[in-house]
Amino acid sequence: MELKNSIEEAAKRYPNPRSAIMPALFLAQKEHGFLSGETLKEVAGILDVPEIWVYEVSTFYGMFHTEPIGKFHIKICTNLSCQLLGAESLLAHLEKSLGVEAGGTTPDGMFTLATAECLGACEGAPMMQVNDGYFHMNLTPAGIDEILDGLLKEAAE
Amino acid sequence: MFEKVLLKNAEKPDAYGIKAYEAAGGYQALAKVVREFSPDGLIELVKDSNLRGRGGAGFPTGVKWSFVPKDSDKPTYLCCNADESEPGTFKDRVIMEGDPHMMLEGMALASYAIGAEVAYLYIRGEYVLCIERLQAALDEAYGKGYLGRDILGSGFNLDIHMHVGAGAYICGEETAMLESIEGRRGEPKLKPPFPAVAGLYECPTVINNTETLACLPHIVTRGAEWFRGIGPEKSPGPKLYCLSGHVQKPGVYELPMGISLRELVDDHAGGARPGRKIKAVIPGGVSAPMIPESGLDVTMDFESLTAIDTMLGSAGVIVLDDGDCIVRAAKNINEFFHEESCGKCTPCREGLDWTDKILHRIEAGEGKEGDLEQLDFLCGSIFGNSFCALGDGAAWALKAAITQFRDEFVEHVEQGRCPYH
Repeated sequence: MELKNSIEEAAKRYPNPRSAIMPALFLAQKEHGFLSGETLKEVAGILDVPEIWVYEVSTFYGMFHTEPIGKFHIKICTNLSCQLLGAESLLAHLEKSLGVEAGGTTPDGMFTLATAECLGACEGAPMMQVNDGYFHMNLTPAGIDEILDGLLKEAAE
Repeated sequence: MFEKVLLKNAEKPDAYGIKAYEAAGGYQALAKVVREFSPDGLIELVKDSNLRGRGGAGFPTGVKWSFVPKDSDKPTYLCCNADESEPGTFKDRVIMEGDPHMMLEGMALASYAIGAEVAYLYIRGEYVLCIERLQAALDEAYGKGYLGRDILGSGFNLDIHMHVGAGAYICGEETAMLESIEGRRGEPKLKPPFPAVAGLYECPTVINNTETLACLPHIVTRGAEWFRGIGPEKSPGPKLYCLSGHVQKPGVYELPMGISLRELVDDHAGGARPGRKIKAVIPGGVSAPMIPESGLDVTMDFESLTAIDTMLGSAGVIVLDDGDCIVRAAKNINEFFHEESCGKCTPCREGLDWTDKILHRIEAGEGKEGDLEQLDFLCGSIFGNSFCALGDGAAWALKAAITQFRDEFVEHVEQGRCPYH
């Protein structure tokens, strides 16, 4: 019910309900963790738009997840400025530390590791983002270890 | 001595709130405009300033505004393009994090000029801190009567809504952005019709970049002549340059348009790392063709960079030194465009898949005879054959790398390995 209300509130910003599909998907994803077929149907129902409209948006944009992802979604930038400053070796460090390759999720469902396209913080390259948190910049292997430890502590609490 | 304008507040700690903005003269331009200017008067002022769009294309802002039909019975919309996603570019983020009200005031001014009562602020979803600061700034501006109904008692109404992007570089292309606000996949549309005539919801629409909008309050307060007096005649004004890559002091620098690239890199950003020499510089985000070190005396403005077959673009300056492999850089840039191609146009979608495979092969030491000629052919086939500039930028950037550093590509193929790694 709460999701329905917040989606309807977001829809007021636009002259038609189709425009509210993106904000609605963000809200639904926050609520459910990812966008299952059921959730897409639910969003289409709330906005009273065809399901295909919701589906096609959910599969176009990189920040929408139609499959389950880990509790912590790590996105490390591998574009040019970050690559020049060692993003590839940091990615390898993350892969080794987490035991998964880029694109994978740890078996306990804790971490999903992904490469990201430029996140617009090249002055602090190499950099990464976890979930919808603030940017981690000027990364080093030791700095990454510290961040991962912090996340595990957060999960244990 | 150049006096900073755009970063003056942003570089102070905690100056993003409305109190700090007002104390620095914020929203005085809006008050002046609603009191003293007609919408046409404001368009004339901005035309007179010769402010050119800071998003990359450099189109004169006042001229763009004047394309909005005066006799339309449809509403007019303003969209702020804050979907900054071109690798090497982070200037708009600095404005939105450090001085969000400056951009909002610019949005109010632009809306007044074009007769918009609703404006959408399209911001990339990954800019979490910007979104927080902008939301707080919007709430403050509404609370003080700078937004909403009957702004400062003038009868001018404006609502600004944030539309948060969801991770698609292509949505920085204006027609794709409009599709995205309308709730569709971000695929560009053929122009004409231009957005000024039939844009968002088929209504007259102006799309301006964050930095462009941020210039507006200063033009109103200090005049068109002041603005024109900074930098070269044809590309005037203060400019934000983003320095990254192998340079000693990466960051955003505010300097006049028309500064030399060498001065920017060496004097302001500290030059190359100790013991290294600069090999090439990308002047305007990765779609801008790279310039070899010998070309660094070029000045950073629209005309000068276009004259040497590259562009100012987003002013995202990426520095490569003599320890960096050009093939690897070209492969990395091409991977980005390959990933971000929306897939609508065949030359861009298929062509970039092909160039991606060849570049991977060459960098891995498995390049074949004829690969470079194949890349030349593909660049020519992609360029100019798609709806939007994504494929053009990709092909243009790759072509420049292959042409200017052909020896490095040949070396990879002949030696069967990357000499750098």
